Amino acid sequence: MKFEYAPAPESTAIVDIQSEYNLFIDGKFVPSKGGKRFETINPANEKVLSRVTQATSADVDRAVKAATEAHRKTWSKLTGAQRGKYLFRIARILQERAREFAVLESMDNGKPIRETRDTDIPLAAAHFFYHAGWADKLDYAGLGKNPKPHGVVGQIIPWNFPMLMLAWKVAPALATGNTVVLKPAETTPLTALLFAEVCQQADLPKGVVNILTGDGSTGAAIVNHPGINKIAFTGSTEVGKIIAKSVASSKKALTLELGGKGANIIFEDAPIDETVEGIINGIFFNQGHVCCAGSRLLVQENIKDELLEKLKRRMSLIRVGDPLDKNTDLGAINSQAQLMKIRELAESGDAEGAQRWSPQCELPEKGFWFPPTFFTGVSQAHRIAREEIFGPVLSVITFRTPSEAIEKANNTPYGLSAGIWTDKGSRILWSAQQLKAGVIWANTFNKFDPASPFGGYKESGWGREGGRHGLSAYLKGDFS
Amino acid sequence: MRVDVRKTYKLFIGGQFPRSESGRSYELLDAKGNFLANPALASRKDLRDAVVAARGVAEKWASASAFNRSQILYRVAEVMEGRREQFVSEVMAQEGVTKAQATKQVDAAIDLWVWYAGWCDKVPTIFGSTNPVSGSFYNFTTPEPVGVVAVFIDDNSSLLDIVHGVAPVLAGGNVVIAIANEEYPLCAITLSEVIATSDVPGGVVNVLTGRTEELAPWVASHMDIDGVDGSGVEPAAYETLKRDGADNLKRIYSFKAEGSPQRIISFMENKTVWHPIGI
Repeated sequence: MKFEYAPAPESTAIVDIQSEYNLFIDGKFVPSKGGKRFETINPANEKVLSRVTQATSADVDRAVKAATEAHRKTWSKLTGAQRGKYLFRIARILQERAREFAVLESMDNGKPIRETRDTDIPLAAAHFFYHAGWADKLDYAGLGKNPKPHGVVGQIIPWNFPMLMLAWKVAPALATGNTVVLKPAETTPLTALLFAEVCQQADLPKGVVNILTGDGSTGAAIVNHPGINKIAFTGSTEVGKIIAKSVASSKKALTLELGGKGANIIFEDAPIDETVEGIINGIFFNQGHVCCAGSRLLVQENIKDELLEKLKRRMSLIRVGDPLDKNTDLGAINSQAQLMKIRELAESGDAEGAQRWSPQCELPEKGFWFPPTFFTGVSQAHRIAREEIFGPVLSVITFRTPSEAIEKANNTPYGLSAGIWTDKGSRILWSAQQLKAGVIWANTFNKFDPASPFGGYKESGWGREGGRHGLSAYLKGDFS
Repeated sequence: MRVDVRKTYKLFIGGQFPRSESGRSYELLDAKGNFLANPALASRKDLRDAVVAARGVAEKWASASAFNRSQILYRVAEVMEGRREQFVSEVMAQEGVTKAQATKQVDAAIDLWVWYAGWCDKVPTIFGSTNPVSGSFYNFTTPEPVGVVAVFIDDNSSLLDIVHGVAPVLAGGNVVIAIANEEYPLCAITLSEVIATSDVPGGVVNVLTGRTEELAPWVASHMDIDGVDGSGVEPAAYETLKRDGADNLKRIYSFKAEGSPQRIISFMENKTVWHPIGI
């Protein structure tokens, strides 16, 4: 069965991308001190969208000074109630300009407009709204009376959910009275720069939020700057460890949201059609560029064949292509480099003896694309069972007993997420208890909410984001 | 006259009291400079044995009910109470303080066990949450133990600091490898004798005596240790501990010498569970 769809592209008329962008420091867009420009492209067609600035360590220094001044002179002088109102303003502006953000995010990142429109941007606005309400209630955050902000917070975010990760970082930092120096990812800087405009529209005091574009060297300059009191990083475990080592000899506080190799466990009594949808959502949401993706499918042996048949049929219906088309399910891979990494790992799966399956699908000629894929015959020793692929590639592993499922699920240095699919309530709670992971989705997957703490066990990171637990990472109390 | 039967101070690993596999010991003097004991000088291999023992019983201790852990910690206080005189004399010998001062410290140490015993079954209530997410889902967060925690005992006191280090980590459901302070090993070993007779499963608490500077690098680089209380490590060595401990992202903290639930939850991970609500 093949469905024909007429293209339904979202218009790009709503966005106004400048040909070049400066850095956002102390409330203004200013040119870099010595930094070159680099291109940011649309990964779906490889067209250049804009040229942004590579911030130098001199720029980082300026931004930290601005943030320090803003913290001392304005932001720490405001009551929580007044601070909160700026966050409410930002939340409202994000809602008002939601479609513009969604289109821009889709263009710069390659993810489908359906996701940016329905998930990324609404959740980003919700994060500001949620944290706005915390600003005057910090005595209830669980750190004793009158907890204090750290001061200046350096935040480094990834390319997979550019605007949402910005919101996860900036909203709690501002609500708790910190000021911010934020670096968006090299390949996805545009929504962060648009957010700088939102800060201006909200009349946020100058210097409270500073946004520096750049690559890893800009990130390193932020991590190592002595004027920064706390670092919050989302990205790979490899870089997270480097950051942890870098700040070991300083007094900087540090939270890390790192990689994962989530197990999605399917027990024999799982409701099979819902489960298939959950598997699809678990690994193909956002092209699999998700640290908490359900990238290891652990399926009970006696239902494997039935499940895989249904999964194949469902995967054949996934529409891969133009991210701005409202019918698109799977968009472009974010960059050439990421595509190469996915290909290399998938090839290791072939070489190590696993069997690859993808539906027939036409991929556009321009841009970076990878079809939805799963591997069967995967052993736990295979690289595709151990390493984070960060792409639309699922490794299928079987188990016979519940305890074998748990043992396999926990057999990884990561511990970010896991899924459980079964009709039996006691088995859900037992499995959830046994799994060493910070987020457990039972009979669902890849759900996010500002009120829900998110973060990993073991090498998936330090601390949580979201909820009271996430908020407390931005505060110092008697109690810490 | 009667000749004293002197005590041999050995290690405490997996519920047993072995000497160091290295055969080493060091001479410990009392506060006046007289010979006090030859405590064992633990080696890297002893540390590894302690980690194996601790890991082996970690799941059992973590899955014991909070009420059960609470009773066991209270039991430690009970058994300690019966050994007050021994602890008082050891504190006096090591610190050179008066009997009144030593007694005050021993009383505080026992009371601290009682305080942490009461925390075991409060922590998830106070530090967990039910989260009002959008959409039809039930969503809750509970703190869980990280696993194996190494505790470097500080040197503000010869007994109280040991309880400051060990009790909260146990209360959170973790298993412990305590590295006694080099100056003050006696109460650590005597306390392990208390623990061995207090229904604490063997391996849940392990005590090594020796040199912090020798053991800290091995603790930092051991890939099966999940958390470290570095309160008893000197500042420069603490930086190294944090740097080397980053290889498996150990949770590493140091604390002021006071009781706090922060000491419990620092070595706990928050787990959030989602489930749809529907008919």
